[in-house]
Amino acid sequence: MMALSLAWRQFRSHWSAGDLRVLFLALVLAVTATTAVGFFTDRIDGALVRQGGMLLGADLLVSSGKPLPESYQQEAQRRQLSSTQTMEFPSMVVRGEHSQLAEIKAVDAEFPLRGELVISEQVAAVGVSDAARAADVIPSPGSVWVEPRLATLLDVKVGDLLEVGERQMPVSAILEREASRGGDMFSFAPRLMMNLADVPSTGLIQYGSRVKYQFLVAGDAEQIRQYSAWAQANAGKGERVQDVSAARPEIRSALEKARQFLGLSAMVGVILAIVAMFLASLPYVQRSLDTYALMRCFGASRKLIMQILLWQTFLTGLLGSLLGCLLGYLAQAGLASLAGSLFLETLPQPGWWPVLTGLLLGFLTMLAVVWPHLARLTDVPALRILRRDLGSIDRHHWLSFFPGIAVIAGMIYWHAGSFKLGSATILIFLALLLLIALMAWAGQHLLQRFSDGRGGVWKLGIAGLKRRPGMAVAQVAGFSLGLMALILLALVRGDLLNNWQASLPPDAPNRFIINIQPHQIEGVKAFFTNADIPNAEVFPMVRGRLIAVNDTPLDTSKYVDERARRLAEREFNLSWAADMQADNQMLEGRWWTSAEHGQPQLSLELDLADTLGLKLGDWLTYDIAGTQLKVEVTSIRKVEWDTMRANFFAVMPPGLLENFPASYITSFHLPLGNDQALNALVREYTNLTVIDVAALMEQVRGIMDKMTHAIEYVFVFSLFAGLAVLYAALVATREERVREATLLRVLGASRRQVVLAGLTEFACIGVLAALVATLAASALAWYVSAYILNIPYQFNLLLAILALISASLLVPFAAWLGMRGFLDQPPRQLLHSM
Amino acid sequence: MHKPFAVEAISLNKHVTSSETTLTILDDLDLAVQHGERVAIVGRSGSGKSTLLGLLAGLDNPSSGKVLIDGTEISNLDEDGRAAVRGRKMGFVFQSFQLLPSLTALENVMLPLQLAGRDDARPLAEAALSRVGLEQRLSHYPKQLSGGEQQRVAIARAFAPGPSILFADEPTGNLDAATGQQIIELLFGLNAQAGTTLVLVTHDNALAARCQRRLLLSQGKLAEAADVAESAAS
Repeated sequence: MMALSLAWRQFRSHWSAGDLRVLFLALVLAVTATTAVGFFTDRIDGALVRQGGMLLGADLLVSSGKPLPESYQQEAQRRQLSSTQTMEFPSMVVRGEHSQLAEIKAVDAEFPLRGELVISEQVAAVGVSDAARAADVIPSPGSVWVEPRLATLLDVKVGDLLEVGERQMPVSAILEREASRGGDMFSFAPRLMMNLADVPSTGLIQYGSRVKYQFLVAGDAEQIRQYSAWAQANAGKGERVQDVSAARPEIRSALEKARQFLGLSAMVGVILAIVAMFLASLPYVQRSLDTYALMRCFGASRKLIMQILLWQTFLTGLLGSLLGCLLGYLAQAGLASLAGSLFLETLPQPGWWPVLTGLLLGFLTMLAVVWPHLARLTDVPALRILRRDLGSIDRHHWLSFFPGIAVIAGMIYWHAGSFKLGSATILIFLALLLLIALMAWAGQHLLQRFSDGRGGVWKLGIAGLKRRPGMAVAQVAGFSLGLMALILLALVRGDLLNNWQASLPPDAPNRFIINIQPHQIEGVKAFFTNADIPNAEVFPMVRGRLIAVNDTPLDTSKYVDERARRLAEREFNLSWAADMQADNQMLEGRWWTSAEHGQPQLSLELDLADTLGLKLGDWLTYDIAGTQLKVEVTSIRKVEWDTMRANFFAVMPPGLLENFPASYITSFHLPLGNDQALNALVREYTNLTVIDVAALMEQVRGIMDKMTHAIEYVFVFSLFAGLAVLYAALVATREERVREATLLRVLGASRRQVVLAGLTEFACIGVLAALVATLAASALAWYVSAYILNIPYQFNLLLAILALISASLLVPFAAWLGMRGFLDQPPRQLLHSM
Repeated sequence: MHKPFAVEAISLNKHVTSSETTLTILDDLDLAVQHGERVAIVGRSGSGKSTLLGLLAGLDNPSSGKVLIDGTEISNLDEDGRAAVRGRKMGFVFQSFQLLPSLTALENVMLPLQLAGRDDARPLAEAALSRVGLEQRLSHYPKQLSGGEQQRVAIARAFAPGPSILFADEPTGNLDAATGQQIIELLFGLNAQAGTTLVLVTHDNALAARCQRRLLLSQGKLAEAADVAESAAS
């Protein structure tokens, strides 16, 4: 207890003396940045699950082509989960002379378990009707709701009668938006929703009807996880268990990028904070030398000193981490409000996990970054009391930096969330350190050569670098990292985020037309010309089933992953193209040349190839309308799904698929007010299906907008951490600098000469640091945008020059601010206090 | 069997080896200090006074020879062993006061008491500060105190745990004459009250003259200095 009491006293006195403040502040910043982002992403994950639930209309769904056994219902009841059942089947719906294939969904009163149904009284000319409202009921028995598309195709309005099988039923509402409509976007006809109780009377369900029976379940996450495990284990043949991970790829992609941005922002903040802690620990340890020498003199054993230091580390870690967690929690509330209505519902409350990670980070950082230096205080000899030259810590063994670097590396991997981003950042970090050391060394040598033979205060300033070579490098490193954060912040705000948003321009496609027949292509193109829609491409699409890989028949049951099994079981949309689409990126292999057209080659999308375990050089056999086609995987592409353009998992060269029955697909941007022209086209070619992705696109754009604010907010932590680094680098040598300045003044130097000497030294450090920081920040921004986020990056020369100039002035100015107070004091007073 | 000396040095040697030469600072030095005795060690700057003090107090290891405190050899103990002896038996007053700037006057005085595990550290420290006339300055930090006041805090700290031996290294060296005189009175007054053995290293004739025995350290050896004024002038 004595050690704890002494440690607490030491902590308090170090705090009041200001020795600990920078270190403590940096620790708090590191923990705050980590926990704020941790809490926030935790809430977003929760919201994603919920939103995924909205896409399913539930948390979990079991579907089958046959009626589902009662056991699903019984098990859900036993586990006190809420549940409901639906049926989906295609059927012709008739009104007078008009008929249209519709995707009928029959629901009961519990539907949906997640999300909502939005209805209105009439079809809006553009988009969703203003009068749209959330429905708190389902279609009453004997009535139906229809989607605007179906209403337009059949020319019906609310109150009109529709023939559904053997029944005549009135349309009681227009179904504007439907939970559970997030599945396979391209496979459905327009929706008609009816009451489950009406299905038998329609007579539509006959032997052989293509009915999808669904059993929907909702509950808390753990219950659902357990139910899912039970359902997976008990699923019969043809029964599929689907959870909420199947969010739309466009939204997943946008959120994934946002999460990477957030992670990167927090990571930069944490690294900077760690650097600040390291810099701040040097003067802290140096100033503690006398304390521990005195304690040794008064009889404290090495063990006791060790205990005191450990307690002190623990107390600092504990208080810093707790405060950091608290601030992190408060900060995430700000993040969440910035994200605002990103999701349809308010964000769920975060879990406790970020608190644990925050505490772990706090202690780990203290142990790894500060402890190796603090521990050296146990070796301080008592004789230092009489001989102050003893026990000084002016050199650090390189091994003492290792734990700190290891923690930074671990942090980077953890925050980056991907090995690629993590490794890249570590490489950049190490390269940066190496670059800084080299530049600082080279800069010092150059400056010294320049100063040889020249007298005056300039030389005194430059000699300052020579007197403290280790500290000069540490200071340049500190300043560089601090400045890098500031520059990166400017780059990210100005360039990266703009570039990201520019990847989804205002004229990004908002409509898809599928099921275009070859003879309709000219008509569709004429529509583009009339509606003044430029650059709309029409892509061919042939449906084929993958039946063998490398001549081994495909056994879908071998896929443990549900998504993989589903992908393998369904028909692929195969397309062909002479050139790769602009928004695709070649990762492996190469695209075919015109000489290779007609050869059996295939380009696969990365995610699909990974999920199905397919690789370059594999031979895939497709069954297309009864004919087998064997092709070799010659390239793997990455597709940016959030650009909203039509894209394909599997593409072949021209000359292979042309003889198979194909339909065509196109995506285009339909300007506001052109719906009538499109409706006319659809009336002319009734088989066409138009999919309106404007709402989805708005959601992606909304995510981008709001996450941009959130990311800028998180970068404020980096800004503070950067400033902490700058301050820590400044105070690291202040004591020594003041001593030197005092001696110079005692020896007759004027105030001006002392100031000039100090400014010269800091100007050199500032220029070097600014140069390194600008290069490093630009390189980092370029790498992140080009290789991680796949968005174009342009070097911002103006910003670089501005940063260089302002940093070169800022550093000496800040140093002058720090020195000013001492310069005004008479030297005698300073000598007395030394 | 005679009572052991409070402090005893037998054939004490201290050499410092640089890259080129070996410098002898203490050369086969012997010293015996009786319990309750006040001994001043005088000598020129660089004569090795502080080195001798450091060895006698167990702050440093001799090149050869022995140091005994109350008859127990401390020069063969490890650093922790010597620290324990210091904690139990010794008090220190230094030229540069050696107060911890981040601790208040009271906390500075409490520090050795706490290290000795005393539960009554606070009242003892308050009493010690009261004895040196600083009862109104308990919560002041060193930088808020004058040089004389700082040295009084250091004296309070040295006496608070009730040491049997007090080592003082130029206790007036950083003070003006008048303040130095006050400090001398205080130091010797408290020493007389407590009956502490005092080993003092100084340049100050007035200070040395207050001691029962004055020893001159010259060329690594100690000699009785009959006339301190003469030794200081030499």
